[in-house]
Amino acid sequence: MGRTWDFLTATRGATRLHWTDWASYTYLFFGVFLMFFPVVWLVLSSFKTEADLQRYPPTFLPYQQQTVTVEGYDEPLPLFEITAGEYEGMILAQLRRVGLQAQMVDPAAPEERLRVAISDYEPVEQFSLATENYSDLFGRFSFLLYFWNSTFITVMATLIMLLTNSMAAFALSKYQFRGRTAVLLLVIGTLMIPQTVVLVPLFLIVSEMGMFNSLWGVIIPGAATPTGVFLLRQYMLTIPDEILDAARMDKASEWKIYWRIILPLSAPAIAVLAILAIMWRWNDFLWPLIVLTRSENFTLQLALNSFQGELQTQWSSLLAMTVLTLLPIAMVFMFLQQYIATGIASTGGK
Amino acid sequence: MASIELRGVRKSFGTVEVIKGIDLSIAHGEFCVFVGPSGCGKSTLLRMISGLEDISGGEIAIGGDVVNRIPAADRGLAMVFQSYALYPHMTVRQNLSFGLENINTPKAEIASKVDQVAKMLQIDPLLDRRPKDLSGGQRQRVAIGRAVVREPRVFLFDEPLSNLDAELRVDMRGEIASLHRRLENTMIYVTHDQVEAMTMADKIAVLRLGELEQFGRPLDLYNNPRNLFVAGFIGSPKMNFITGTVDGADRTRMHLDGGEVLHLPATGFRQVAGEKVTLGVRPNHLKASEDGAMTVKVRSVEQLGGESYVYGHTASGAPITVHSPGQTRISLGDTIRVGAPEGEIHLFDSDTGLTLRES
Repeated sequence: MGRTWDFLTATRGATRLHWTDWASYTYLFFGVFLMFFPVVWLVLSSFKTEADLQRYPPTFLPYQQQTVTVEGYDEPLPLFEITAGEYEGMILAQLRRVGLQAQMVDPAAPEERLRVAISDYEPVEQFSLATENYSDLFGRFSFLLYFWNSTFITVMATLIMLLTNSMAAFALSKYQFRGRTAVLLLVIGTLMIPQTVVLVPLFLIVSEMGMFNSLWGVIIPGAATPTGVFLLRQYMLTIPDEILDAARMDKASEWKIYWRIILPLSAPAIAVLAILAIMWRWNDFLWPLIVLTRSENFTLQLALNSFQGELQTQWSSLLAMTVLTLLPIAMVFMFLQQYIATGIASTGGK
Repeated sequence: MASIELRGVRKSFGTVEVIKGIDLSIAHGEFCVFVGPSGCGKSTLLRMISGLEDISGGEIAIGGDVVNRIPAADRGLAMVFQSYALYPHMTVRQNLSFGLENINTPKAEIASKVDQVAKMLQIDPLLDRRPKDLSGGQRQRVAIGRAVVREPRVFLFDEPLSNLDAELRVDMRGEIASLHRRLENTMIYVTHDQVEAMTMADKIAVLRLGELEQFGRPLDLYNNPRNLFVAGFIGSPKMNFITGTVDGADRTRMHLDGGEVLHLPATGFRQVAGEKVTLGVRPNHLKASEDGAMTVKVRSVEQLGGESYVYGHTASGAPITVHSPGQTRISLGDTIRVGAPEGEIHLFDSDTGLTLRES
């Protein structure tokens, strides 16, 4: 903790702040603001009621109008502060509004009805979190189902991708065979073809194979990525061949070399690829939108999309779900980024 | 029995031939050193014996069986690599037991073997560390331990000491030699350092440009080098070479290029009158004396206390080194006379480089 603090408050000037301190801290705070503000705004907004969200000008914190239960009325009544006229300074509960006039009542003396011009009052508001945005997700909308679909796709696709890509990278980096360069160029060449171009053929293949409207239809086509193969290959090239030779002399099978030597030594690169894969998969929208049409197969991204109707959009639920969708990916990143930093392999050599 | 037999072994990378047909026979229990300058193919030859490199031609037999088509793992060899090639993500214990696990040795047996080897090499306190936490010498021991623990028929060492500092190298040299005496296995050791070769080997194979220059016991190579290359390579400091021509009439007289005349022995060499020859004489056989045949202009003197080296040029400008026991009064800029005793000289054909010694 002390070290973190020292790091965060490090300055160049020993006693006074050097001008570079001002410059760098200004720059850093600007960066933090630029990147962090939208997220904070999103999280706070996700706790606003639908009415609060529509308000202009918008407020930073979520507010709700205070209500009071008045004797003789079943529903809680909204409270207003009177700013002008006869009842100035009083806090009254509104019964109903008729045109520009409101019928109000003093919570302390509920028998008497008072008439106030609506230009003369302001709502009494208090900070309040609209947690129903979240509870609704679990109740009215089947958030958990979408969450499970997204998780299943992400986990399976990432695992399959890491396995196939690392095997391909192992072969392309550590075996000498005819056409190795050609294969590698072919793999990298696919990077030049935009996804939108292959969308239709890919869709035809997937539906021919009966994977339309199935989660596997999302998982399988993205299992091999040229980026992943290339990234892992470049990393594996740095593993000394002598270690592999040593393992061969130690009677390790090629599979064992891959599993016990290459994979552990490539851990940093695999962690990087895992983060990328998880982010790609979790945030993927276009391909699931094409393959998955039944709502019980929807991923979170598709469910989010379905909140946006043609005529109206349910912003409160949309925002709450966005926050929940962001959380896992943020946690994955926090966990794995540590791994990248610490895992840079030391070779067994000199 | 683990004798090793190479018969016309060849290796080409594309159109480049790096091993040009080598015949060699190493008896069981012998410590054989492959020595040669870098790029001579000694490491490639070792890798071919190990099975890590294919053979382009010829045959390799281990214990009488031709192993050309047998993969490295099944040849019953163990190898110690130049970079040690320890598995960086495994502890020393895991490094040692990896090979045994691969042949499905029972756990208890692995543990006892690893302990035994670790004790023998004095690495038992390090068993739970990772290679990156070890010093160079410790890594070297682990690498040797990894080879020993599998009880192979033959040990292969690929320049194992080249990453160690000078002092440690001498220690490890002794340890590998004593390991060989204890295990009595066949060992092949590759190095570019002729001192290592001389001190450790039962037999030395001198290689150059993919060819075997000479194969034999260290002192045989030292005393009877087959050609100029072996003569210059074995022995430190290097043998002095002085070129000249055998007298047209008297084959016991040699006219040095600097104009001086040297006496050659009448027997022992088959020099022909008028032939261009190279005289070889080791620095410690040269004697500084008034009646020496050659004049040497002294360029520098190294006084080591117990012995001294005088470096200079002959009359023809060829560099020459003279070793003298004890301390010397010769100093920079002196001109001295140096003689070579007839019994200690080597004579080579200047054109072919081959020795003229009668066998």
